[in-house]
Amino acid sequence: MTRIPDLAKPVAIALTRCGKTFADGTRALEPLDLAIDAGETIVVLGPSGCGKTTTLRIIAGLETPDAGGAVLFDGQDVTPLPIEKRNIGMVFQSYALFPNMNVANNVGYGLKVRRHAKPEIASRVAEMLALMRIETLAERHIDQLSGGQRQRVALARALAVRPRALLLDEPLTALDARLRDALRLEIDQLLRRLGITAIYVTHDQAEAMALGDRIVVMEHGRVAQVGRPRDIYHRPATRFVAEFVGTMNRLKGRVSGGAFVSAGGAIPWPGAPPQAREVAFRPEDARVADGPGHLNGTIAAAFFLGDRTRLFVDVGEERPLIVEASARSAFRHGQAIGLEVDARGLMAL
Amino acid sequence: MFVAQLAFTLSVCAFLIVPVVLSMLAGLTENYLVGLRSGLTLRWLGAVWAGYRDTIFLSIAIALACLGCTLALGVPAAYGLAKCRPRLARVLEELLVMPVAVPGLATALALIITYGGYGRFRTSWTFILVGHVLFTLPFMVRSVLAVLLAIDLNTLEEGAASLGASFWQRFLHVVLPNCRAGVLAGALMVVTLSIGEFNMTWLLHTPLTKTLPVGLADAYASLRLEIASAYTLLFFVIIVPLLLAMQRLSRPRSAARHRKAE
Repeated sequence: MTRIPDLAKPVAIALTRCGKTFADGTRALEPLDLAIDAGETIVVLGPSGCGKTTTLRIIAGLETPDAGGAVLFDGQDVTPLPIEKRNIGMVFQSYALFPNMNVANNVGYGLKVRRHAKPEIASRVAEMLALMRIETLAERHIDQLSGGQRQRVALARALAVRPRALLLDEPLTALDARLRDALRLEIDQLLRRLGITAIYVTHDQAEAMALGDRIVVMEHGRVAQVGRPRDIYHRPATRFVAEFVGTMNRLKGRVSGGAFVSAGGAIPWPGAPPQAREVAFRPEDARVADGPGHLNGTIAAAFFLGDRTRLFVDVGEERPLIVEASARSAFRHGQAIGLEVDARGLMAL
Repeated sequence: MFVAQLAFTLSVCAFLIVPVVLSMLAGLTENYLVGLRSGLTLRWLGAVWAGYRDTIFLSIAIALACLGCTLALGVPAAYGLAKCRPRLARVLEELLVMPVAVPGLATALALIITYGGYGRFRTSWTFILVGHVLFTLPFMVRSVLAVLLAIDLNTLEEGAASLGASFWQRFLHVVLPNCRAGVLAGALMVVTLSIGEFNMTWLLHTPLTKTLPVGLADAYASLRLEIASAYTLLFFVIIVPLLLAMQRLSRPRSAARHRKAE
C-alpha cells in the first residue's frame, strides 16, 4: 500500500441560513443550517431537483447564498470568497478534465497555477497517480481514457492541491453498475485513509448508505433528515425519507386489541400507539409463514434474483407488499401466501 | 452505374479545375491568341510584379490586420455569447450576422457617407480595413462560438477554478486551447475572405490604396489578358499556401479525435 499523501488539515464546515433563489425566481434551497465536522464524510442524498447540488455548489463557492446566508470554514466566514480562493478539491459528475492536457498535466494543473516549482509538481503528480494506481496513464490524453480512468484522474487532480475539503458531485453517476460498485469501494477506502472532510452528493441511496458517516436527506429544497445511515434507515423522520431510503411496505388499518388490523389480517403489536392509522415496515422484517400468517394474500409477482426471491404480495392494499423469500422455494403467480411481520420493525406513519 | 457516377464526378471536377488551369496557362503563354505554340514565358509575371506588387503587399497587410482585429474582437465576443443565456446568445448571434446579410455595396456606401468626410481616414488603408473587419467578424465569432458551445465550457472553467485558477488563467489555459479548432477555422475564413474581398473594397479604395482584387479588375479591364491571367496566377500562389498551412495547423486535434475513434 502506498503511503498516505500529505494533505491540508481537514476543515470543519458550517452553513448558516444558506438559501438560494435563482435569478428567474426559482427557489432552489430554503434557508438551511448544516454543520460538518472536520474529517467527516457527509452524503447529501435526494431526488433530482431537491437542492443537493445547489448546497454543494454553495459550499464550493460556485454559487453565493441569498443574503443572510453564510458559509464558515473552521469558523471563518468564506461566503464572499470565490471557489478559486477556498482551497477545496472538487470532482464533477462529468469530471471536467481538460481535453487540451494529458493526464499528468491535468493532475498538476492546480499546482501549476499556484506557481509551485516544476520538480515539486512532478513528484506530487507521481504521488497522486500512484495513490489512484494510474501511473501508466500519465502521458495519455483525456479522450483516450475510459470512464473509470477519468474518474481516477479527476480524484487525483482534486487531491493534488492538498485541499481542505473534498466535494464530490454525483461522481459515479456516469459509470455502469459494475464499475460503480468497484469505485464506490475505492472512494470509501480513500476517504477513510485520507481522513479528509468530504461532501458527497448523490441520488443513489445505496451509495449514500455505504459512504456516509452521516447522511443529509433533502426534499424540495429542505433538509428532511440528518443522521447516521442506520438511523436514517431504521428511524426515518418523515414518510419521504422512509420511502426514499431503502424499500418500504405500507399498510392502512387501525390498532385494536394489541394488534394492527388491516385488510390483509392482524399483526400482533405490543405497545402499539393507539392512534396509528398507517404503518410501514421493511421487507426484511417480514417472512413467509409456513401456513396462514399475520397477513394473508396472493402472490402478484415473484422475481428470482439468484440468491433470493423477491415477492410482491397482494394483501388488499394500494400497492403489493414486497418481501424476500429463500431462493430454493418455488412460487407461482396467484398462489395464496401467509406473511409474519416482526412487530419491532413496525413504524407508525 | 459506377461508370456513370465516375463520369459525373470527373466532369464536375473538370468543370471546376479546367478554367483554373487554362487561366494559369494563359498567364504563362507568350501570346494567348496564338496559343501554347507561341511558347511559355515569365514575362507577364514580371510585368505584374513591376506594376502591381504594392496591391499584393497591401492585400496581405490588410488581411493580417483584419485577422488581428477579428481575433481581438471576435474571440472575446464569442466567449461572452457562450457564457450568457442560450436564448439571448442566439438572438445576439443572429444580429452579428447582419453585416453579412447587408450587401457589401450598401455597407461600403454607408461607410463612405458616414466617414467619407474624414479625409485622412478616407484615404488611408485603414478605411478598407474597417470594411473588411465588419464583413469578416461574424465568421470569426460564429466559428469560435460553435466550438465553445460544443465543449462543456462552464464545467471546464469551474474545474479550473476549483483548482485555484483565476479568470485569466482559466481563459488562457483552458478556454483558448479548447477552442483552438474554432479560432483556426475562423482565421482561415477571415484571411481568405479579406484577401479576396472585392465588392466593398471597390468602393472603399483610392488610387493609392488598391488591393489585389481591385488591381485584378483593373488589369482585366485595361490590360492584355495574359497580364491579368499572370496576376491571377500570383493570387493563387499567395492564397493556396495560406489555405494549406492553416489546414495543416488545425489538423493535430482532429488526428487526436481520430485516434479515439479507433
